[in-house]
Amino acid sequence: MAEMDTSSGGGHKKGPGVKKSKKASTRVDLTPMVDLGFLLITFFIFTTTMSQPTAMSLFLPKDTDKPEEQNKAKESGALTLLLGSEKNVYYYEGQLDPNGSNFKSSTMKQIRDVIINKKRSTAKDDLVIVIKPSTDATYRDVVDILDEMTINDISRYALVDISEGEGQLVKITDTSGGAK
Amino acid sequence: MARPKVPRKSTSVDMTAMCDVAFLLLSFFILTTHFKAPEAISVVTPSSVSSKVAPEKDVTLVSFTKDGKAYVSLDNEDVKEEVANQLNAMKGAGLSPADIAAFRTASFFGTPISQLKSALAIPKDKLEATTLPGIPIQDTANNEMTTWMQAIVAAHSKTGAKFNLIVKGDNLAKYPAFKNVISAFKKSEQFKFQMITNPESVPTGTDLWRKFMKGETETASAE
Repeated sequence: MAEMDTSSGGGHKKGPGVKKSKKASTRVDLTPMVDLGFLLITFFIFTTTMSQPTAMSLFLPKDTDKPEEQNKAKESGALTLLLGSEKNVYYYEGQLDPNGSNFKSSTMKQIRDVIINKKRSTAKDDLVIVIKPSTDATYRDVVDILDEMTINDISRYALVDISEGEGQLVKITDTSGGAK
Repeated sequence: MARPKVPRKSTSVDMTAMCDVAFLLLSFFILTTHFKAPEAISVVTPSSVSSKVAPEKDVTLVSFTKDGKAYVSLDNEDVKEEVANQLNAMKGAGLSPADIAAFRTASFFGTPISQLKSALAIPKDKLEATTLPGIPIQDTANNEMTTWMQAIVAAHSKTGAKFNLIVKGDNLAKYPAFKNVISAFKKSEQFKFQMITNPESVPTGTDLWRKFMKGETETASAE
């Protein structure tokens, strides 16, 4: 394909005394070139996949002051997650007990089991997860917990501002090393 | 018994075809790769399992860094011009036609509206995000992001350009910064936006993973 025909057709005899010049082949060894080519391919394959940022969508609800327009959640199906500092996650089911007996602590890694357990034990239409990030929570925690909703296929969840009492509770447990 | 003569064949293979294929693929990958432009605003994004690719055109990007500074960038120049007019009308930013021309080409904005004029006078090669104060969002009563969003929404409806609202936040940014940004979105009636993340694989054994195994597409939305 890429080489020229160097063999002279039919063996043209030169006259006596004329020295036969050695014919160098024009065929080049392409192996190193192929190696180089594939090396560059691998490089470009890796860089293309890495520089492709993705986006997750979020739809916010409209703020309403009228209580009749607000979404009602059954107490039995509600799970509230409070995001503290250092990837601490606190949670309680239903309403928070005034003495804090149902206030439990977890971490970002373990919260999946809590969500899965709640999902298994609750009717599909009743399940609502309320996410309340405290002022110490980072943006990554918020994205991670929203991602957790996608991962566990939770259809109803809400991002809600933390109340002052809960915020303080989170802060105190954060500093004392987490509730048990 | 006479042995049949087996012609001796050379073991070297013709590499030309393989070389052709290699370089064809190589040129394909070179042409399809686009390297990320060096970004003026340093933001390390979190990761999510979302596999949706972020839009690249007609983007309104709101970024916030780990120290809580917020910036706005727009890529459509006509929209930017209209935003400048809106800011003049709404807040009396006092931008002259020369300032508006600078506004058109500016890659990002990160100053209070009162300082916008002086920030536009800074030459582009000297403009650094770290030296700018950022758009004030901390004060909930006077959140300037709301003004920006109203101007941007008005400019988009006037020019008829597509509106893709994107938020890009730093991993270590505190939640109040994000909250102030989304409350500004809510105030200007923007309830749908996207957050830039790095791709991450779906953990095996979870409900989403099972859904993917069944071949369903991703459908999840917050209420």
